[in-house]
Amino acid sequence: MNSHVGNCSVDHLIDHLAFEAIGVSPALEIDHVSKTFRVGGRSLEVLRDIKLSVRTGEFVAIVGASGCGKSTLLRLVLGLDTDYEGEIRLEGQRVRRPGLDRGMVFQEHRLLPWLTAAGNVAAALRRSGLPSRERKRLVAEHLTLVGLANFARAWPRQLSGGMSQRVAIARALVNRPRFLLLDEPLGALDALTRLRLQDELARIVHRENSTVLLVTHDVDEAVFLADRIVVLQPDPGRVSRIVKIDLDRRNRDRSAPAFLRLRDEVLDVLGVRHTAREAAA
Amino acid sequence: MSWITLTRARPARSLWPVVRRSVLGLALPALLLVVWQGICVARLLPLYILPSPVAVIARFATELSGGQFGTDVLASLARVLKGFFLGSAAGLSFGVLLGLSRWAERLLAPLFLAYRQIALFAWVPLLSMWFGGGETGKIAFVTLSAFAPVVVNTWRAIRAIPDSLNELGAVLTFDRLDQISLIALPGALPGIVTGVRSALIYAWLATVGAELFLDIAPGMGGRLNEGRDKFEIDLMLVALFVLTGLGLVFSQTAALIERRLVTWRLG
Repeated sequence: MNSHVGNCSVDHLIDHLAFEAIGVSPALEIDHVSKTFRVGGRSLEVLRDIKLSVRTGEFVAIVGASGCGKSTLLRLVLGLDTDYEGEIRLEGQRVRRPGLDRGMVFQEHRLLPWLTAAGNVAAALRRSGLPSRERKRLVAEHLTLVGLANFARAWPRQLSGGMSQRVAIARALVNRPRFLLLDEPLGALDALTRLRLQDELARIVHRENSTVLLVTHDVDEAVFLADRIVVLQPDPGRVSRIVKIDLDRRNRDRSAPAFLRLRDEVLDVLGVRHTAREAAA
Repeated sequence: MSWITLTRARPARSLWPVVRRSVLGLALPALLLVVWQGICVARLLPLYILPSPVAVIARFATELSGGQFGTDVLASLARVLKGFFLGSAAGLSFGVLLGLSRWAERLLAPLFLAYRQIALFAWVPLLSMWFGGGETGKIAFVTLSAFAPVVVNTWRAIRAIPDSLNELGAVLTFDRLDQISLIALPGALPGIVTGVRSALIYAWLATVGAELFLDIAPGMGGRLNEGRDKFEIDLMLVALFVLTGLGLVFSQTAALIERRLVTWRLG
């Protein structure tokens, strides 16, 4: 374990040096962040000393057992909660509140049932200041991007879970955010739909060239999509290891030996691979 | 651009199932009518105490042809609608305020809850002193009666909107107005409609009450008073039946509007 932590610090240092060398601040910097909740008079530490730098255009996945503070971390990056120690910076600026530079997809689609698919996507443009024609164009463009051009006027109750989540993805992207934050976005979907949407996410993110932070408990999903995987360990949530995924992002084969090796490596860190193997034997 | 599209056309339904379902419900009133007529024919009660159904219908026809009745019905309708709209609008604003602002809730909720403890009709003497027993006093009373149900239901419905949706509004950087028009009001709409429906019932109740207790003026309550003063029970029964009919029209219309308006419910 010590050597992992050591690796992590070295990674961090190298990242820092790289950023300093080119003279820019990283796109997203989570700087010694700790978070403690007060529950019924007692304090519960959920995040301890999280350090992470994300480059522009990078796709970082955060995996870990439930209760390791993954979603809390995203809430902090979103600016929904600013009561924590340390600092979170986006392009050098401290996060103080939510902003349209960050698009968010929740695990539940959170579509407004009184708006059509197009209306839900358009709601995200409410504060964009764009003229109405431009908004309409962007809404249509992003519904097409997620493959729902023909469902613009459908109501959320008429859409399947996968379709609803596509609308939610379109809504998160329609402002052209520099950061895309995904909180187990495919977690509530069936396995087949999930695989299909993983392919689509890979395509969309490549096209939009956003910087992505994905929280997931699905290690395959993380290896399939991410450039780096941050493995958190629980109680309190802290970085146990960062795994680089040096596979071609546009063409990943879920059953290639290199893919499986990386997946096993992550599962190892999570401490579940051994049991999985025993169960198979 | 309208962000909230509320209604969608539905195919017209056949009336027959409705009729079939109503048969049992109509059986008892029909039986009572027969018994009533029987009592009158057998002279079990003096006719000036209980006029026969036929006599009541005859009185109804006379009132209709006399032209006076239309004025009374319209006068009552005007009162109930004026008071209902004033009270609902005020109640909606107040309920939204209580629902959206913790600060307003802390400041105003205790006062409002205390006000709710006062029986509606206890306001009549005070309002008649302030606004007079005429039209203004009557409408003030109807307005007051429509106010509270809308406040309570709007307030509660806005508080019941899931945090996840309010959080979505925060993520999309909605301002207060967006939060109200895109999340709070549509999310609370089912509750608001329920409140408005009971406001209509209360307003109708208060209209008749105001007409009975305040100054004499054209209106259904006025005709009831007239029947009592002149000892014309047939007139009183006609007025009661007309009140029943109007009440049914109100509640059916409200139910229809609710079905058309509310196509979603949260949670």
